[in-house]
Amino acid sequence: MESGKNQKFIKPPIKVLLAKPAIDGHDRGIFVLARAFRDAGMEVIYAGLLPTPEEVVDTAVNEDVDVIALSLLNGAHMTAFKKVMDILKKRGINDIAVVGGGIIPDEDKPKLEKMGVTGNFGPGTRLDVIIDHVTKRALEVRELRKNEYK
Amino acid sequence: MQNSFYEEKVSQIQKSFKIDEKYERWKNSTLADWNKKTGYREKNYTNSSDFKIKELYTRGDLPENLDEVLGMPGEYPYTRGVYPNMYRGKLWTMRMFSGFGTPEDTNKRLKYLISNGETGLSIAFDMPTLYGYDCDNPRAEGEVGKCGVNVSSLADMERIFDGIDLSKISTSMTINAPAAILTAMYFVLAQKKGVNLDRISGTVQADILKEYIAQKEWMYPPEAHIRLIRDMLVYSTENVPKWNYISVSGYHIREAGSSAVQELAFTLADGFYYIDTGIDAGLDVDKFAPRMSFFFNSSINFFEEIAKFRAARRIWATVLKEKYGAKNPRSMQLKFHTQTSGYTLTWQQPLNNIVRTTIEAMAAVLGGTQSLHTNSYDEAWALPTDEAVKVALRTQQIIAEESGIADVIDPLGGSYYVERLTSEMEEAVYKYLDEIEKMGGILNAVKKGYIQKEIAETSYRKQLRIENMDDIVVGVNKYVEEDEKPINILKIDEIAEKNQVKRLKELKTKRNNEMVSRSLDRLRDAMQDEKVNLMPYIMDCVRNYATIEEISNVGREIFGEWKEPKIY
Repeated sequence: MESGKNQKFIKPPIKVLLAKPAIDGHDRGIFVLARAFRDAGMEVIYAGLLPTPEEVVDTAVNEDVDVIALSLLNGAHMTAFKKVMDILKKRGINDIAVVGGGIIPDEDKPKLEKMGVTGNFGPGTRLDVIIDHVTKRALEVRELRKNEYK
Repeated sequence: MQNSFYEEKVSQIQKSFKIDEKYERWKNSTLADWNKKTGYREKNYTNSSDFKIKELYTRGDLPENLDEVLGMPGEYPYTRGVYPNMYRGKLWTMRMFSGFGTPEDTNKRLKYLISNGETGLSIAFDMPTLYGYDCDNPRAEGEVGKCGVNVSSLADMERIFDGIDLSKISTSMTINAPAAILTAMYFVLAQKKGVNLDRISGTVQADILKEYIAQKEWMYPPEAHIRLIRDMLVYSTENVPKWNYISVSGYHIREAGSSAVQELAFTLADGFYYIDTGIDAGLDVDKFAPRMSFFFNSSINFFEEIAKFRAARRIWATVLKEKYGAKNPRSMQLKFHTQTSGYTLTWQQPLNNIVRTTIEAMAAVLGGTQSLHTNSYDEAWALPTDEAVKVALRTQQIIAEESGIADVIDPLGGSYYVERLTSEMEEAVYKYLDEIEKMGGILNAVKKGYIQKEIAETSYRKQLRIENMDDIVVGVNKYVEEDEKPINILKIDEIAEKNQVKRLKELKTKRNNEMVSRSLDRLRDAMQDEKVNLMPYIMDCVRNYATIEEISNVGREIFGEWKEPKIY
């Protein structure tokens, strides 16, 4: 796979929902990512501030996204990311990838991975690293969908 | 067409500078020859505000009317400081922003800081509190006590300030959407402790405009919050003379990604909006302007920050005097709190953050701050540990008492570079103010999303500069180490949330619920009449131990909620 910023060769473009699924107004990072994903050729939807985990999943399903990218800087990731994962699981959705980022202590990362939230990028991560990861996960779930339809 | 007030200011500043022939000669001969011979470091020399930075500043960079634009310390236009004796009179207040877990955890931290020489208190609230939700709201799950202390009712405030004499120490509260409620709690708490309201001092942030711009913590549409600000302004002007009813904040605007000049321009525009609010409420500007305070960020470009603080004072004084006709010198004195930049702290090699904070704290002191919070080195990881916060406090004490920096008033005054930067900052801010005025004022600009988009744009450009190595961040894009060792971080005990929820449940059975609902009903009625000052009604609710969410919900019912304009 080509690395970094240019994913424009992927058709249709990868569709990402960016969301902060809790009471958290720190949106600098998510706006930077929105721009970076778009510049990389992805289609980006921002869930707005203060969506509930249910609203996040609803939007993801209605918009038929490949990836949900969750960001929290308020320390609530273990609860809020889990809620999103639980709802996906309950509804039997396994073809939407979930990635995370924010202020996430190292010890929480394996727990989030186990839940199915990958990436879990911290401050100072390069944009191309995040873009690569999102792309990888998106292509994985697309593969999954293809097999499902067979 | 006649120039607007701000256009006139821009033209005055531009006219005060002439081309410096000596510098031009030197640059084109001596410097150019030398560079040719020895080579030079290729770099785009700019600062966050996108000013072009020269390699040398000379006498020609001083404005021709230098004495006039500088003034003397404690004299108009206060470029050199608001007090005649500055830190020889009194050191800045060392005020560490603190709060986590339960009220007891925070009470312990406050006492720890006081015992280590802190001279003012500053309370950080958790997210549910900041948005006006109680700890038992389902949305608050997992967030109680995480980003600050949880306050659901007056009972929590009583525990936070247990054993602390409110007449002896000033308190700053970082609270915005529910600012009127927390202010009411603090006032009622003082009364219950037997301290008269004219003896308490402190600051409530309350600056809602910058919430829509940057921090994004609101409850109602802007007009409703502005009414509440008016009510706090009027109530404390009349009853709590030493209370700063607002702290107009650039800090969050900067953290959200703005440049230094954007931080200053948008903050001052907000400040002028609140001045208009007071005047519209029928008050004389000289009655309430003296108690308006400010809060700025100090970031890593040392001289740019110093120039920003000096320009802030000069612009505020000039506009208050010339545009608003203020006569009381105290109305013209811009007093401010500073916090070092959280954004510049790196997760990588966290001890380096001590050095960053030191540079930023020095800029704040050289810029003449009235109080200062220094960030702890572990804050890109979590809320700070006792150990980290002590180093941060000691950083201030070393600057104050070892370095000699505080011995002289405005020691950089007259520096060719600093004076030129101060004027450039001033000019660029006036241009923004003019633009905002022409858009129909700051509230309109915010509702249109213009200000938010400006910030998002700057923030994205900044990130790209880091990725392209145009801006270096040590440990992040240069001098990177592969093995980052984890550091010891503060963990918020999950039990904090359970305890808070349990307490709130108990409170609701113990308090007089009839009194609670009656005071809430009276508040509801008062809210329907735009002219009524809501502060006494909110104080009544608080006194009866109505919760923050119960009080906020009355507002949500009457004023409705707010949806952000599309920024991205």
